[in-house]
Amino acid sequence: MVKELPPAYKDIEPLIRIERLPTIWCPACGLGIILKLYTKAIVKSGIPPEKHVIVSGIGCTGRMAGYVRVDSYHVTHGRAIPFAVGIKMAKPWLTVTVISGDGDIVSIGGNHFVHAARRNHDITVIVVNNYIYGMTGGQSSPTTPSGSKTMTSPFGHIEEPFNIPYLAYAAGASYIARWTVFHDIQLLNSILKAFKTKGFSVIEVLNPCTVFSYRNNIDMLELIRYFRTKAIVKRDVKFEDLRIEFGKPIIIGEFLHRTDKPSFEEKYLELKKKIGGG
Amino acid sequence: MVLTLSVLKTKSKYRPIFYPELCKGCGICIDVCPVKMLEFSPEFNEKGYHYPRIKDGMEDRCIGCRLCERYCPDLAVYVEVKKE
Amino acid sequence: MSKLLKPGTYFLEGNIACAEAALLAGCRFYAGYPITPSSELMHHMARRMPEVGGVFIQGEDEIASIMMALGGSAAGLKSMTATSGPGLSLMQESIGLAAMLELPVVIVDIQRAGPSTGIPTLMGQGDIMQAKWGSHGDYEVVAYLPSTPQELFDITIEAFNTAEEYRVPVIVLADKIIGQMYGRIKVPDHSEIKLIERKKPAIPPEKYMEYLPYDSRELIPPFAAAGDGYRIHMTGLMHDDRGYPNLSQEASWKLVTRLVRKIRENARKIAKWEEHWIDDAEYLIVAYGSVSGPVKYATKKAREEGYKVGLFRPLTAWPFPGWRIEELDNSDVIKKFIVIEVNMGQIYHVVREYVRNAEVIHVPGAPGYLPEPQRILSYIKKLCR
Repeated sequence: MVKELPPAYKDIEPLIRIERLPTIWCPACGLGIILKLYTKAIVKSGIPPEKHVIVSGIGCTGRMAGYVRVDSYHVTHGRAIPFAVGIKMAKPWLTVTVISGDGDIVSIGGNHFVHAARRNHDITVIVVNNYIYGMTGGQSSPTTPSGSKTMTSPFGHIEEPFNIPYLAYAAGASYIARWTVFHDIQLLNSILKAFKTKGFSVIEVLNPCTVFSYRNNIDMLELIRYFRTKAIVKRDVKFEDLRIEFGKPIIIGEFLHRTDKPSFEEKYLELKKKIGGG
Repeated sequence: MVLTLSVLKTKSKYRPIFYPELCKGCGICIDVCPVKMLEFSPEFNEKGYHYPRIKDGMEDRCIGCRLCERYCPDLAVYVEVKKE
Repeated sequence: MSKLLKPGTYFLEGNIACAEAALLAGCRFYAGYPITPSSELMHHMARRMPEVGGVFIQGEDEIASIMMALGGSAAGLKSMTATSGPGLSLMQESIGLAAMLELPVVIVDIQRAGPSTGIPTLMGQGDIMQAKWGSHGDYEVVAYLPSTPQELFDITIEAFNTAEEYRVPVIVLADKIIGQMYGRIKVPDHSEIKLIERKKPAIPPEKYMEYLPYDSRELIPPFAAAGDGYRIHMTGLMHDDRGYPNLSQEASWKLVTRLVRKIRENARKIAKWEEHWIDDAEYLIVAYGSVSGPVKYATKKAREEGYKVGLFRPLTAWPFPGWRIEELDNSDVIKKFIVIEVNMGQIYHVVREYVRNAEVIHVPGAPGYLPEPQRILSYIKKLCR
């Protein structure tokens, strides 16, 4: 039983349910890094932990809510976003964050993702993209790169993946960024910015997965090296150019930050005031 | 990274400290260390994972980059800063 | 409070009466999706929720609507959605989640003829079984069977109270006729309306490390809302008293038995029904919802002609007052239980479960169409001999 963490983590220790460590995630999975960064962001945000809420769905990333010591909800597959939206609309002063996987957010949850972006709900959605459905053994997901091998594309995937930043942009999001899990400093800053952004914030985090590496005959440490070295930070870039092709360089960075669009919650509050409901 | 003899002889004020019970033997810290001062220990923890240790004689190699600490998904290593 | 319907008598469409009842019950979160014949309820909420300071949102689909309502409930608001049969089918997984997380929520089902798209503009009674068994696994919900707009009004307030008291999803099984019919609605003095709120934790938020979200020593755990400071964890996975995932046999037994016992052990408190002409009844008709209207009329006529027939009208489908049916069956006076419903056999099976001595007969109906009183009367004459 884990009783305490290394002293470097004293600040985030109260925000982690350490009685549940070690995590269920595979060795070398970057989700543990995201756990550290999200809790660090809570500490640095200046917003008290009682005002933070995390909602996650089903899948490996979905287990994130179980390790964070704030009000945390682990709901059904694909439905983290509407649940989070419900909490935010009921108590707009809370900082609500969804952390879930690529399959959960853009496959089964795709409709909810698109509409929440359209309405510009003031929540942060961290999409952890590992290119596959890891928890269930390695089926293809809407972000599986063309040509990759998965349990449901054993001869090489014949589909094209989603370009999540482009999708978020087309739907109407206010803040869009993409990092790999190893660009931890940038990722932490993005999460902090997303907390502050009044509107729908999407952060796509590329994360190496042992299941994906195994299905595609790549050594996990080599996959990690690929994410660390082949990711290029670009600032002025067109959303169409953010497609992911396995083996090719990945473009990461902060792609959009709008402050001119009011959030749904702001507009509803205005409506209530006008109608006289206060 | 080229290390001159004089650098090798200096005492480092940084040192990675491991928490073996938290470790899952993933090897990221070993792989990512720019001065290649870590290796797997022949010992293993309660879960059966081999955890890292500093290579023999390399206790003062650490440059304090903290990549091991930053990239450890299991919060199992941190870089201690010795105050002189 | 002055923005709520004042005490008095009104002439309202059932759907509207239901919405106003919800507001009087303290509902301040509505998320819905248009579906005939429930949409009027949502239109009314779109106007009224901002007026009373609540939340209204039209979701992108039924699943988003129920999930948003659950989020609102998790944050501590009394939440609701309204739909019809096809929408209820879509919401089933989320109803299971509500039961597992023990989130109070009210789902109004203005039933229409099914299956599938069916007849969107005509009544149905086809969702009775779906209300109980719709989601996977073992859980209990409460489902009410109003028969008139006034009853829909009264039952909606009761539905919120039941949801809050037992931390359970509650389904109000109305139908198109009740929902879209105009009826006289008596709104009582607000002080006469008893409201129940969910049980609050006994320890303060600062003791969040000691707080057990699901204390198995009590059937109904206290509720900590998001933002209250308790830093709870809720998961749809099998869990233990701390709220953490626990997939062991012990946790599985403890949790699932408590979820069903919560309602089963309180069934006699929750279940409601009406009995008419029971004293000399040799034949007992079981009918509910809008069907009870023509049935009551036909039964009265039959009695005038000397038939010894009574009427049993359940007001809750779940829990079903089976013990009363058993009692009536054991009296050995009733020869036949005749279940008249507009479906191919739903409450019929439940009645059969409790009857050992008498005969149980089912009178089905084409989905969409209330049986006419004359037709029922001729059935009574044929069967009650």
